Amino acid sequence: MRVLSRKGKSASEMLFDAFIIIIALLVFLVVAYPLYFIVIASVSDSTLVSTGQVLFFPKGFSLFGYQEIFQDSRIWTGYKNTIIYSVLGTALNLALTLPAAYVLSRTEFRARRFLMFFFVFTMFFNGGLIPTYLLIKDLNMIDTMWVFIIPFSVNVFNLIITRTFFETSIPKEMYEAAAIDGCSHFGFFMKVVLPLSKAVISVIGLYYLVWHWNDFFTGLIYIRDNNLQPLQLVLRDILISNQVFSEGAGSGGAAGGYAQRYADQIKYGVIIVSTLPILIIYPFIQKYFEKGVMIGSVKG
Amino acid sequence: MAFLNSETKTLDRAAAISTPKKQTILNTFKRDYQLWIMILPAIAVVFVFNYIPMYGIQLAFREYDFSAGLTGGEWVGLKYFEQFVQSHMFVELMRNTILISLATILIGFPAPIILALLINQIKWKRAKKTLQTTVYLPHFISMVVMVGLLNVLLSPNTGIVGHLMGALGFSDVNLLASTKTFIPVYVLSDIWQHVGWNSIIYLAALSSVDPQLYDSAKMDGANRWQIIRNVELPAIIPTIIILLILNMGSIISTGFEKIFLMQNTLNLPISEVIETYVYKIGIISNQFSYAAAIGLFNTLINFTLLLLMNYIAKRVSNISLW
Repeated sequence: MRVLSRKGKSASEMLFDAFIIIIALLVFLVVAYPLYFIVIASVSDSTLVSTGQVLFFPKGFSLFGYQEIFQDSRIWTGYKNTIIYSVLGTALNLALTLPAAYVLSRTEFRARRFLMFFFVFTMFFNGGLIPTYLLIKDLNMIDTMWVFIIPFSVNVFNLIITRTFFETSIPKEMYEAAAIDGCSHFGFFMKVVLPLSKAVISVIGLYYLVWHWNDFFTGLIYIRDNNLQPLQLVLRDILISNQVFSEGAGSGGAAGGYAQRYADQIKYGVIIVSTLPILIIYPFIQKYFEKGVMIGSVKG
Repeated sequence: MAFLNSETKTLDRAAAISTPKKQTILNTFKRDYQLWIMILPAIAVVFVFNYIPMYGIQLAFREYDFSAGLTGGEWVGLKYFEQFVQSHMFVELMRNTILISLATILIGFPAPIILALLINQIKWKRAKKTLQTTVYLPHFISMVVMVGLLNVLLSPNTGIVGHLMGALGFSDVNLLASTKTFIPVYVLSDIWQHVGWNSIIYLAALSSVDPQLYDSAKMDGANRWQIIRNVELPAIIPTIIILLILNMGSIISTGFEKIFLMQNTLNLPISEVIETYVYKIGIISNQFSYAAAIGLFNTLINFTLLLLMNYIAKRVSNISLW
């Protein structure tokens, strides 16, 4: 409203503003409403939800879905596994990406151009699923936790973002000054570069973390053992294959309609419980997004 | 910059003088050995997991032999490519893959550009921030949850969109299990999830437009719409072209995860694409050589298209990836 009341504007300007506001509001609602609906549906009475009576506020408050989820050991095994894979995986990702990006940012490093090509080429060409699968199989990584952590632990896109950040925000004279004082590359990297790079470390750290958390493909291809299943595979069973109750009910049949309602409420709850960790860190990291993309897009 | 360069050169020269004779690979290696140590682990990981599989591509031309390992089987040339091209699945797979990718690009590609221009027009800071925070969020939802979301919301009997469809008189349409609705649901939900995130790069490009351009446009009496068309759109054209090249490079590769998760027996005639087929033939049925050939077929077309698009863009607009 404030925008509309501004003085000194022509009628066509105001019309334009009004148009922008209406479209923006529409976009906002289309994105926000489904997310909001999931939240209210997860705490509402399942019959009211499934007959379309829950639209704007929770109705017939019920925590049945969450109770079921807390008793379901599959979800908690998946949760535990995914936390382990994500934390170890992200740690390794950062331990590999940050030093490599630092090296590629040093202009005096002779092999820089060649190595850049070595990394970037993999963005456009790859061996494909089958040769990769057989390689992982030969390395005896199938049905181990390592398959979530070691393969593809350097993401080239993140490597480029980090390299560009180092190039643009760590002045060249700094290393020369430190080198005269007898500082090695190791020391300079640890004591100067890392403390100055919190922004980019948080951005790519988040990218890696979210990637591990949401990774479904690795589990689907390489994991058969139920005890090693990551959260996303458990979610697939519940949300998509409709194996909502651990006993196997809820997939239709005679009592299908009845069971399906409860099943749906559990699904709404599962969506929230599994996405919660990301929602919690999201606001903290959000301010870096634009920066991260901007750094990365300077030079591809 | 010139100053910096000359300084590094002097330092190099000083190093060359202090160490007698050869300023060679050995010397620079001596100087840079710490850098090599720092980058070696990353090189090793990429070499093993990206380059060795590339070497393993020859599997597509060999008979897979369990005892002989990845590349030890008998050479059979193009046998598996011929088998794929002649198979009854070929036409269907190519049609589905191209249809889905084309729909994704045609409808999905302009969406973030329009959104970025829209967001850029909002002058009220708080509203702008709120909108941005909201539209970026779905990008972080996992594919499993995303498809699960579609399943519960679009269910014809119990979903909220299902009820809406019923109210509009389309109660017999099952959005989740029909060959007609698969592509629209796939493309629109993809836009819903990623349009915000993909708009960031355009917003970044828009924020670097020279403010003087706006001023002079206003001085010339341009209205807001004319500014969008003549100042802002030209400013993001390079970004648009680069992203278009990259998108075209993957025109026959669709997102495996989402399509795989959205597949069911009813929509399979339209939802079976090359990547899901490779998974089923290779990982499920263990026909490794045949699946590798299909995968390679896909990769080669993508790579050729990428090079072609890059070449065209270079000729037409002087913008290219490298």
